[in-house]
Amino acid sequence: MAAFVLRRLLGAVPLLLGIATLIFFVLHLAPGDPTASLFGPQVAPEVIEQTRRHFGLDQPIHVQYVKWLAATVTGNFGWSLNQGRPVADVVLDALPNTLVLTITSIVLVFLLGTLIGVYQAVRQYSTGDNVLTVVALFFYSMPAFWLALMMVLIFSLKAYQWGWPIHFPPTGVTDINYEFLSPAAKLRDRLVHLVLPVTTLTLALAAGIARYTRGQMLEVVRQDYIRTARAKGLPERTVILKHALRNSLLPVITLLGLYLPFLFSGTVFVEYIFAWPGMGRVIVESIGRRDYPVIMATSFIFAALTVVGNLLADVLYAWADPRIRYE
Amino acid sequence: MHGPIRASAMSRTRLISLLAPGLGHLLVGRRAAAAILLPAWLLLVILVIGAWPRIVGVPRTGSLDDWIALGTLATALLAVWGYAYYDLQRPARAADAAVSQWRIAMRQFRRNRLALIGLGCIILLYLATLLTPFIAPYDPIAQRDIAQTSLLPPSADHWFGTDRFGRDMLSRVLYGARISLAIGFIATTISITVGTLLGAIAGYAGGRIDAALMRFTDMVLAFPRLVLLILIVALFEQSLVVITLVLGLTQWPTTTRIVRGDVLSLREREFIQAARALGFGHVRIVLRHLVPNVLAPVIVSATLGIGNTIVMEAGLSFLNLGPPPPTPTWGNLVADGKDRLLNAWWIATFPGMAIVLVVLAFNLVGDGLRDALDPRLRTQG
Repeated sequence: MAAFVLRRLLGAVPLLLGIATLIFFVLHLAPGDPTASLFGPQVAPEVIEQTRRHFGLDQPIHVQYVKWLAATVTGNFGWSLNQGRPVADVVLDALPNTLVLTITSIVLVFLLGTLIGVYQAVRQYSTGDNVLTVVALFFYSMPAFWLALMMVLIFSLKAYQWGWPIHFPPTGVTDINYEFLSPAAKLRDRLVHLVLPVTTLTLALAAGIARYTRGQMLEVVRQDYIRTARAKGLPERTVILKHALRNSLLPVITLLGLYLPFLFSGTVFVEYIFAWPGMGRVIVESIGRRDYPVIMATSFIFAALTVVGNLLADVLYAWADPRIRYE
Repeated sequence: MHGPIRASAMSRTRLISLLAPGLGHLLVGRRAAAAILLPAWLLLVILVIGAWPRIVGVPRTGSLDDWIALGTLATALLAVWGYAYYDLQRPARAADAAVSQWRIAMRQFRRNRLALIGLGCIILLYLATLLTPFIAPYDPIAQRDIAQTSLLPPSADHWFGTDRFGRDMLSRVLYGARISLAIGFIATTISITVGTLLGAIAGYAGGRIDAALMRFTDMVLAFPRLVLLILIVALFEQSLVVITLVLGLTQWPTTTRIVRGDVLSLREREFIQAARALGFGHVRIVLRHLVPNVLAPVIVSATLGIGNTIVMEAGLSFLNLGPPPPTPTWGNLVADGKDRLLNAWWIATFPGMAIVLVVLAFNLVGDGLRDALDPRLRTQG
């Protein structure tokens, strides 16, 4: 097992280097000078030239690349052009918020998706199954940004207007008076703020997982060992939950890993719409301001999170299925 | 025998069919065909009558859009009319005459009612985009008397309401459809071509080329597509061409993986060995022998890819990274409504519903095609 994990870890290194290289060259091929936003039209060309030299922008591109790569590898992402503080600080402020959002969602996606999928497979072609299939496909086809807006419209704005007993806050991580709340009220406040963003992120992906789990379960249920389990008189519950579900869940782990890019894409919209101060919001804002170091760092970290997530999925899979380890 | 009588009865139904396509089928008892042909014909006739002033006006305005719409209308009318006429002439096909793989798949697909509904939606939508100049009730960019028409809720005059400049939302959604559907189609064509070729090359060549290509594919796959898109579109020019190209060039990895996997197993098969033994070049083997055999999964992934691309384009537009205004796209229409959710919910709601409808249709067709073409990958047991 340790050898397997090590092999996978080593495989991820060139991948990360490749991604870093890709980001670097995309940014440097782009037209426009990174210092352009720093100066007005009144500034003397010598000053601009000096600043360019200061940032190392006058050096040949391969020198810039090696320097940047060396800095990135050691965790030094440079200095934000607009916020006047290290990029690492910007990222460290934003990353926890994003992780709270994504980790909560991925756990819910897994639970909700498999639950619905198993229910559908057990009751194949029942009314419940048909309804859920259509509903799942519907949410699966829905763009995250529109779903987010509809969530805000219905469960926050209109719910308040219509005087529903519960309405959720449309934006932010905490309430304005958060500082003055008791610990229990603080926790409640945070949870309430999580509801709409997490629901938005969860629904589409859970629909995908449900579709897949259903198909997988139906496949497994036809296998001989399920017939054996039934033949030896095991209760249906045990057959489904222990024998069929376990084997169906294996590929779902991999699928969850593959869904990570979609999850992060969704996060960008959700954070933008719900004013959630995470990585997605940072990247959208820094694109608008042409804050190159922040853009490079955030996109690299998004890609790195995906790679790490897939790595975790691989390791989980190998842990759950011994056949993989000895390949 | 009764040949002449039958023939005259047939010619009468055909005559009826010339007047109203589909009616002939109904008389002969082919209800399924009639159920499609008759409504299609009625719809087109109603459209012609309703849009008559605009149709007559086409030569005067002479814009390309109008001519395309006119051409589409004429083609659609002729197609329904001609098909109905000739279809009646054709003898009913024996049920077991079908032999080819594609025909079996087609028969499978026809049984899938949801997929057929999806296909119908897609055809209607593409027709609607081409016919937009005749269908759209108002000019999508014209701002009429703002004081009178700004932010009107949905009504009989404005089915989808109006936006803050008093522009008709239905017209804007219709015009937005052309951008979304066109980008979806073109970008997917690009990605499928690139993806299939790269996958076939990787699988066929093997060794180092395969390893290098697949590492590169992994790299692009590891990148959240939206982040990559935002990066490129924001840094380069924000034009329709760039957006379409970038969407096309970021979608290919999934196709590449599928194709490579299939080619890996195909290239050891006898017919490829035979092709090699005959001395065919690599290019010919890849293009003529391998690619046609992996088309089934490629078609499925293309169908699902179009839906995906439309969502992506809408997302970019929503972040104001799409085609620049005043061009309406579904994404920037939703973005317009973002800050007016409470007092004008219709602005964000209807364009979003359009996106959901299209993507749902493509997903239904994609699922149907997968079930029909590739029994291994069935979603339904």
